[in-house]
Amino acid sequence: MEQKKKSTSGRMKKLLRGDGLTYFAVTAAFLVMTLLNQNGMLKRSVAGLLVPICCYMSLAVSLNLTVGILGELSLGHAGFMCVGAFSAVVVSGYFSELVPNPAFRLAAAMIAGAVCAAVIGVLVGMPVLKLHGDYLAIVTLAFGQIIKEVVGCLFVGYDSKGMHMVLNLRGGKTLEDLHLQEGGTAIIKGAQGAVGTETIATFTAGFVLVILTLVVVLNLMHSRHGRAIMALRDNLVAAESVGINTTRYKLKAFVLSAALAGAAGALYGLNYSSLQSAKFDFNTSILILVFVVLGGLGNIRGSLISAAALTVLPELLREFDQYWKLVYALVLIAVMLASNNQHVKSTVDRLRSRFRLKKEAA
Amino acid sequence: MHTNLIPMQSPNMLPEHDKGKDPVLECVNLGISFGGLAAVEDFSIAIGPTEISGLIGPNGAGKTTVFNLLTKVYQPTKGTTLLNGRDTHSMTTEQVSRAGIARTFQNIRLFENMTVEDNIKAAMNGHMNCGMLRSILRTPSFYKEEKLAHNNAMELLSLFNMEQYADTKAGALAYGDQRRVEILRALATKPSLLLLDEPAAGMNPSETAELTESIRRIRDTFHIAVLLIEHDMNLVMNLCEGLAVLNFGRIIAKGTPQEIQENPAVIEAYLGSKKSGKGA
Repeated sequence: MEQKKKSTSGRMKKLLRGDGLTYFAVTAAFLVMTLLNQNGMLKRSVAGLLVPICCYMSLAVSLNLTVGILGELSLGHAGFMCVGAFSAVVVSGYFSELVPNPAFRLAAAMIAGAVCAAVIGVLVGMPVLKLHGDYLAIVTLAFGQIIKEVVGCLFVGYDSKGMHMVLNLRGGKTLEDLHLQEGGTAIIKGAQGAVGTETIATFTAGFVLVILTLVVVLNLMHSRHGRAIMALRDNLVAAESVGINTTRYKLKAFVLSAALAGAAGALYGLNYSSLQSAKFDFNTSILILVFVVLGGLGNIRGSLISAAALTVLPELLREFDQYWKLVYALVLIAVMLASNNQHVKSTVDRLRSRFRLKKEAA
Repeated sequence: MHTNLIPMQSPNMLPEHDKGKDPVLECVNLGISFGGLAAVEDFSIAIGPTEISGLIGPNGAGKTTVFNLLTKVYQPTKGTTLLNGRDTHSMTTEQVSRAGIARTFQNIRLFENMTVEDNIKAAMNGHMNCGMLRSILRTPSFYKEEKLAHNNAMELLSLFNMEQYADTKAGALAYGDQRRVEILRALATKPSLLLLDEPAAGMNPSETAELTESIRRIRDTFHIAVLLIEHDMNLVMNLCEGLAVLNFGRIIAKGTPQEIQENPAVIEAYLGSKKSGKGA
């Protein structure tokens, strides 16, 4: 009887370590926040952040796949987010009458966002992944900007005849050039972006997105594909020498990362009634990169925590008024220094082992 | 192509146990020039399917370059290489590995941030075929394959009694253990020819003696050929059945360890000419 008890508790312990703990913590946080929100105990500004937090968590985890696990610095992650967001807005708008159920439409839009971002991921990845290090970083930066600019030139609308699309690269075209019939609707209006989007994103969908992202990335990491990708990061020459196809695995990781960013971008895009492509600029890419670096390269749980914390932080810094950015930067610097300080690390380790000893003694 | 080859005997002649068998590797006039400078020239050898042979020579003679030519890190500018009778001319490093050549590196190249077990499992990639979707969805076939890989990795680790290091980060291992893991990782690709680049570098005499035994055991267990670069003459003379001596990118002698030890050209390459040497 006693033995049985022991084995169950042992299993519980095993479950609560590693990946299990991550899933457990995310689920617990979701339940707590949902309860708080339903009872009106969250400030409205914080409640409005719930969906973006889920998006950023998912974006940070997906970028960690490229930067932490594949080991290639990408500065264009917001570009894939942009593709996902606008394709989701188009899909959601186009099917608004055909599929009235918002949950189904949201799911379809997110899948469409992921697929479109993956396609762009393949197109960008093929030339970019021939480069290494700084060069790769700069070229991804360029592609991120190109995507943002091209989407900013896009006019999309639909009428009874179907979808109409015009690319206004030279700046001479207007909404009229869509030639929409009477009763047609414009979904994306060039630099004005998507206006009048039905906001169907929900916190529950955000939670599902984070869990799905975690399942994909964590399960991938612990498979032969993940090992091959990490081998490339650690030593390219050795990886080739044991028969790992460098191009294929780099592209796999990059495209998967783009697809996940697309899904997150889709949810993000459907959370706002008005959205401009200028939102997905270099600063957003850097913001996501900061989440990843602060949480630790290759550390998935760290990415989740830092994405959530740094998204809420500006809200909490409201009382500093116009100085909030300054305080934000100072907090970043302090956390970076502390988490990379050998002294702090050893102190934490010491405290942890003392805590463990006490627990064993008791 | 194969039939046109001049029958070449490993470095001098195949050892007794490989007589009459097709060699695992044949190189004919293999060479590479870097900007007009020939780093390796007219490199021709044949290695029996279960032979342990050695490549020796002074520093800078081009030994590691030969390894890089065989594994296609460099594309040879001249000559032909046949691996199990297949021309490797159009192959990439990755394809050569899948075709059966595995190697270690002079300066250890492990996947340092991965565990020892994962290092070995990463090398099994080519022998696993669970797709990405099935891996993410964790289908029963995924677990089955992972379990098999785990068992194989542990079996390999037991060769060097290193099972207890399975979960250690490879970069945290002691130097000698890193060398051993690199050999195991190479073996995990199931090669027919194992290239070892200075496996005994940095090892003390007792470790070297142990390594000698291990390499012999590896050959006997897996029935593969081994070609090694080594400066430790004790190991080379005890272990190798055939030797090739390289100097300035050219083979200056081939033969059994006994013949090589008595070859005047080799003595000259290693110790300088008799006039300036100290009575060699």
